[in-house]
Amino acid sequence: MSIDKDTARRVAHLARIEVPEAELETLAGELSNILGFMEQLNEVDVEGVTPMTSVTPMELKRRADVVTDGGYADKILSNAPDSREGFFAVPKVVE
Amino acid sequence: MAELSKLTIAEARDKMRAGEVTSLEVTQDCIDAIETADVLNAYSTKTFDAARAQASAADTRIAKGDAPDLCGIPLGIKDLFCTKGVASQAASNILDGFKPEYESTITQGLWDRGAVMLGKMNMDEFAMGSSNETSVYGPVVSPWRRAGSTKELTPGGSSGGSAASVAADLALGALGTDTGGSIRQPAAFTGIVGIKPTYGRCSRWGVVAFASSLDQAGPMTKSVRDAAILLEAMCGHDPKDSTSADLAVPNFEAALSGDIKGKKIGIPKEYRLDGMPDEIEKLWAEGRDMLRDAGAEIVDISLPHTKYALPAYYVIAPAEASSNLARYDGVRYGRRAQLQDGDGIDEMYSRTRAQGFGHEVQRRVMIGTYVLSAGFYDAYYRRAQRVRTLIKQDFEQVFQAGIDAILTPTTPSAAFGLGEMADVDPVQMYLNDVFTVTVNLAGLPGISVPTGLDKDGLPLGLQLIGRPWEEADLLNSAYALESAAGFVSKPDRWW
Repeated sequence: MSIDKDTARRVAHLARIEVPEAELETLAGELSNILGFMEQLNEVDVEGVTPMTSVTPMELKRRADVVTDGGYADKILSNAPDSREGFFAVPKVVE
Repeated sequence: MAELSKLTIAEARDKMRAGEVTSLEVTQDCIDAIETADVLNAYSTKTFDAARAQASAADTRIAKGDAPDLCGIPLGIKDLFCTKGVASQAASNILDGFKPEYESTITQGLWDRGAVMLGKMNMDEFAMGSSNETSVYGPVVSPWRRAGSTKELTPGGSSGGSAASVAADLALGALGTDTGGSIRQPAAFTGIVGIKPTYGRCSRWGVVAFASSLDQAGPMTKSVRDAAILLEAMCGHDPKDSTSADLAVPNFEAALSGDIKGKKIGIPKEYRLDGMPDEIEKLWAEGRDMLRDAGAEIVDISLPHTKYALPAYYVIAPAEASSNLARYDGVRYGRRAQLQDGDGIDEMYSRTRAQGFGHEVQRRVMIGTYVLSAGFYDAYYRRAQRVRTLIKQDFEQVFQAGIDAILTPTTPSAAFGLGEMADVDPVQMYLNDVFTVTVNLAGLPGISVPTGLDKDGLPLGLQLIGRPWEEADLLNSAYALESAAGFVSKPDRWW
């Protein structure tokens, strides 16, 4: 599977990474090369094999559905690039 | 400068308890050593005032006789761990200025035991790299050099600062993390010991996530005994990490008898690569002989899907990374790109991520995005997960057949020069992980032990892979290998 320039542009958009138009061709080449390496997986017969979704067979623990933490908005906001009046601030989203 | 920074953790512990040295003396000696080693670029943040305060408190505790093993031991912490009020940047520009309001479970456990933090350690950005060259802080320089050469070498990666610090005696031990080999490969490149425990042994809470089903933290130390001591303090169940195992943590140090009589050590034929340097072959053969001489039975085994581990890893790890790194959006922490008039929230996201992530991280996030995208999920991600099942089954079958541990080389070569891999394609760099990624995919414990030098005088390591949850037994096999190899080389001080 080879990635063309349009696919590279689409992937960059999906990943929310701004890539200048002039660099898309190079990016497409790099991604194609890595995907080419992954093509080896097609040699493996995976018919009937269950995909591994958990590293160790264990039941995830449950806890009581109660509030155990919170009440420190100032700490949550302390690392924000922009916060105002107890909220994260971002550029205008709705016109 | 005294010689106190050269002590092992076990030696320092015993001397402190005996009243021969204080933690403050050992800590100050490490600080002095670090201050003269800036050229190695091993530390990204130094926390010396806090270290001296912790050391003094530890000395009070030791004097009272209430002293856990790690009390007063100065350590370095990989920049991937969140440490309260101290820069925790994962060596990325996108986390510039981030100071967590919380402490990772593992580091909190160390401080509760009285350990001392010297600072944070340089690494590859978001732990993505094998040479420490993707760091926003610049590469770490290995304390090792080829005989007769002044060329700067990589300490390996991603835990390069941790490895270089321990090898150069800038800390008694260090924390690393390992997603595809990031503890074991740098340990091998710098002549130290590094263990990645079973997936779930150590809490991942407060450790910046790369690939959550592969990431595990572990110790990087000067000896197997030190690895046992430090690992024990890092392990344990944590309700904040749903994948952390609720299992008792054994006394790992007590397991170090060195007796491996009757143990079955497997030698996987698939790890013999075409074009592997003779020196690596020889090292591996010597390791087999050492374990046989110590009473182990050497058994040829097969792990037939080994060849597919690397491509499966480079589907799964970037897929998980693309998901984990989605949180870096310029809203909640770190750095936001400067916006122009008229730019909206989409420009904020994409420009922040373009400026904040380095090239390799961007590449992996995009690969991950692609393999998870509609139409390709089954062909890449789901297939890789199925191959992962087969790789895990390979190991389960040999363990069921009675194999106690598996011996392999840790890396296919000794350390390479900084910049040497800059012009090769990324896949060549990924080959560094060829012997280590299988262990992460299968969730097993693996340890690298230094056992020899190459023709240029650079260290080489062998890896032992153990059964799940049997780190105690694995450490004991590693201890037997370490004792037999008698590796004592240190880098000549040039810095």
